[in-house]
Amino acid sequence: MAVIYIDHRAYEVKAGKNLLESCLTLGFNLPYFCWHPAMGSVGACRQCAVKIFKDKDDTQGRLMMSCMEAVKDNMYLSISDPMAKAFRSQIIEWLMTNHPHDCAVCDEGGSCHLQDMTVMTGHAYRRFQYPKRTYKNQYLGPFINHEMNRCIQCYRCVRFYKDYAGGKDLDAFAAHDHIYFGRANDGVLENEFSGNLAEVCPTGVFTDKSLKEHYTRKWDMTMAPSICQHCSLGCNIIAGERYGELRQITNRYNGEVNGYFICDKGRFGYEFVNSMNRIQQPIIRSKIPEAVDKNTLYNHLKAAISNRNIIGIGSPRASLESNFALMQLVGKENFYQGISERDAQLMQTILHTINSGHVHTPSLKETESADAIFILGEDLTNAAPLLALTVRQAVQRRPFEKAQEIGIPSWHDAARREFAQEKKGPLFIAYPTKTKLDALADNCQHLSPDDIARLGFAIANLLNDTAPAPQEIDEDVLKIAQHIANTLKRAEKPLIICGTSLHNEAILKAVANIAVSLGSEDKKASVFYVVEECNSMGLAMMQAPSLEQARAALKMKEANTVIILENDLYRRDAKATIDHLFEQCGELIVLDHLHNATSNQATVLIPAATFAEAAGTLVNNEGRAQCFFQVFRPKNENFRESWRWLDEFRQFKKGASLEDLNEPGDLMAELVTLMPQFKGAEEAAPSADFRIAGQKIPREPHRYSGRTAMLANIQVSEPKPPEDSDSPLSYTMEGYRGIPPAPLTPFFWSPGWNSVQSVNKYQEEIGGAIRGGDTGKRLFQKVSAVEKIFFDDIPTAYQALPGEWLVIPLQHIFGSEELSIYTHGIAERTPHPYAVISRQDAEDLNINENQSIRVTIAEQDYELPATIRNELPSGLVGIPDHVSGLSGISWPAKGILKTIAS
Amino acid sequence: MISLLRTMALTFLHMFRKRETIQYPEEKVVLHPRWRGRIVLTRDPDMGERCVGCYLCAAACPVDCISLQATEDEHGRRYPAFFRINFSRCIFCGYCEEACPTYAIQLIPDFEMAEYNRQNLVYEKEDLLIDGQGKYPGYNYYKVAGLAIGVKEKGEGDNEDPPIDIHSLLP
Repeated sequence: MAVIYIDHRAYEVKAGKNLLESCLTLGFNLPYFCWHPAMGSVGACRQCAVKIFKDKDDTQGRLMMSCMEAVKDNMYLSISDPMAKAFRSQIIEWLMTNHPHDCAVCDEGGSCHLQDMTVMTGHAYRRFQYPKRTYKNQYLGPFINHEMNRCIQCYRCVRFYKDYAGGKDLDAFAAHDHIYFGRANDGVLENEFSGNLAEVCPTGVFTDKSLKEHYTRKWDMTMAPSICQHCSLGCNIIAGERYGELRQITNRYNGEVNGYFICDKGRFGYEFVNSMNRIQQPIIRSKIPEAVDKNTLYNHLKAAISNRNIIGIGSPRASLESNFALMQLVGKENFYQGISERDAQLMQTILHTINSGHVHTPSLKETESADAIFILGEDLTNAAPLLALTVRQAVQRRPFEKAQEIGIPSWHDAARREFAQEKKGPLFIAYPTKTKLDALADNCQHLSPDDIARLGFAIANLLNDTAPAPQEIDEDVLKIAQHIANTLKRAEKPLIICGTSLHNEAILKAVANIAVSLGSEDKKASVFYVVEECNSMGLAMMQAPSLEQARAALKMKEANTVIILENDLYRRDAKATIDHLFEQCGELIVLDHLHNATSNQATVLIPAATFAEAAGTLVNNEGRAQCFFQVFRPKNENFRESWRWLDEFRQFKKGASLEDLNEPGDLMAELVTLMPQFKGAEEAAPSADFRIAGQKIPREPHRYSGRTAMLANIQVSEPKPPEDSDSPLSYTMEGYRGIPPAPLTPFFWSPGWNSVQSVNKYQEEIGGAIRGGDTGKRLFQKVSAVEKIFFDDIPTAYQALPGEWLVIPLQHIFGSEELSIYTHGIAERTPHPYAVISRQDAEDLNINENQSIRVTIAEQDYELPATIRNELPSGLVGIPDHVSGLSGISWPAKGILKTIAS
Repeated sequence: MISLLRTMALTFLHMFRKRETIQYPEEKVVLHPRWRGRIVLTRDPDMGERCVGCYLCAAACPVDCISLQATEDEHGRRYPAFFRINFSRCIFCGYCEEACPTYAIQLIPDFEMAEYNRQNLVYEKEDLLIDGQGKYPGYNYYKVAGLAIGVKEKGEGDNEDPPIDIHSLLP
């Protein structure tokens, strides 16, 4: 702690920070541009000047950039000094000399840091009369719009894109006042985090192109705190709606999870909510016409549901509430996880390892501070994009710490990068093909899944010789294993990352062995699990049997009505298996958002609300339960939460009639009583009766416009705004205006801070937790480890059988996920289907690059162009996971490769 | 008593004063150009729609009676897809006109908008848009804005330098 004097008043601040951060933490409004809490200072914009005095008696002082000054004890400074104020206002005036007269047509307007800072410094009148500088724009792909005239040359974009996110195709060009930020040529921005440029850029040079298609100002959106649905990390997002359409996703800071950034899939993957492919009405296929109203559906279901044994199939992408409501409807013994036997087994292994007490599952934020990382069988950039970003930061941690040793503070970005140069901390990757993170890694092992597991087992054995060792291991691999083992052992915070992408259980077991060998009672090994979907962990924790057993139960004629919750089963298992399952069903009731292969088989199809139209709780991969809230009441009254539908069906089953249907009770409370493993999930967000000063928290900013006109074309008398009895949020602009608890923050706004930079005001300290604690409750209890037990079922080294190949799924950030592909920008970025084969196999079979080959998996033929990779072990074939119809495969798959005779 | 008589006298004297009341509707009231009446949307000198859908009028409106949606044409020129004013709520404060950065929305000296049916007071864009520049002739927002949206190319606007050649190192 240090005491500093700002304008003659003493404040206690944290030592080691820079002055700007400290002033902002204290609540002062000090303008800045180039400094970013996640990226540190470079002192490029000269905007945050303050006056610093030598000592108490110094009246002269000198102007200094506060972002470049370290906090020192007994420091005297002035923010409101007239000279400092004038200086700041002049800097803005200079920056504005070339800024175009664009605010009215600029997408940043209303959430623009430059606007905020201009108003803050008091620059109101343009004195510079000479012509403005102009630039030509570039096409930067489907996500980001470029308008270079607006640039104020703060360098934040390239610092984020190149230094922070590791992008290669955005840079600063030209010289002096001609500096240009863009690509060498027009083209798609390649980096998976390019969407953050829209938030990082303090003005409107880079803006969200998907928002532009249905442009709405920040102040006009109805917003609610939400959780990203597109991978297992559970990044916090803000979803905004206008005129009944979901319009924008922005990052919602969570100090423990996503921090300041989200990936492009999360930011732009929301358009499925507005898709034409939504199921609009309940459908009963046996009726003519098929589309029916609610009452007909109720009457039909009443007959179908009551007095019958029903099988319920849950979903890893549906909320805990929905899965639980289904379980309550069908009974615990009839509830099944909607994933394949193999995947259910993988999740059980993960949960078993976590519950054994030998591992610590770090939060995403914690992974940033790891000092040695070993990734087994995951392509992070594609399977869990934001984790790739945090790993990128972690790799730079060691050299940056070295920089601190010679007196370069951690926030001094340019200096510490200059010091670190290309130096990296240890990172090891074992994956069958090249991944984007390979460029950062010390050593990459391109191995088959079983060999990755064997490498893991070997490392576990080298760390602790009571752990079983794999037989007949290669000398070279052993050498690498020794090196990795030594590095992990030496590291202070080693981190092991693995997951379910390759559907290989041996890898998870190997990781469990490493964790047991590496950790000790007081310092457990950190293992970060990447799982498949946003609620995979939550579903696994419900510990229901898998699809395979549902099929067995159907075969035994234990039931013939099946309810499938928000799940396209063709994505979970082999097509033949699922077809067989459907053949056994009499009545197939499907609840989902969009028409898909499974919903096409349904005899009764019920439209379900998406994350934007529903509330619910998800458990992310680290076991953090987080709530998302309804953003808007959909115009279509058929879009109802799955748990609401299912709870009504439960009431039918109990004999309730149509007229006396009740609102669902507190499902979370019921869940926690029935399944104590979820204890804490009910506290993930304040309950519906939570009020601050007797008020709800408004979803709409106080400047929300058009209240009395937006529906006037239909009826001039305004309808009563919808009431939300499920959450402490209201659908109006009235309510508590202060800072709500983190799980209930619908948007970031503070007086004078309209842009997303206002998040500073919500944090206890800059870059720290949100006031009152970050969103989410971790469900994994601290278990004290029992004795060290090792898995000993080590697979044999992978040996390709003649005429048979092991087919592995390759994840793609754009394309592999089910819902995000409805965004046309993401569809545009989705790769064309291909098959990756090894150089050896290509030579043996005489296959050329891009030549069409036939991959036969379980009697299904896929004709794909070949991509030849040198690093891929022979005997392996990789195909993109779920891209363009490559679904309906039971992983891990064996396949046959043939050339197509032309 | 005296004050009572005095009041009566004063009232009586008013009979000889000039009459303020006019015989509306036979006789029309004289309205000045800056009188705040019915709201119109104007066009720029090239007859393009002036409104760029910036939402500032809607934000400024104290009764929230303006609602619109911005969209873009093939050149990227922004215009309102719909623009609705609920005149049954409008208080004719003129804040929207003050907020408008393009002189698109203007209040004109006309108040004869009475309707028997309140629903008829909801004006859509086709009711609001006029074929003229209104009170501020000559202003074309896109000539002074930095965007190139078909009105002018980059660097061809008023007070603009030609686009920078980023390959040049000349000062």
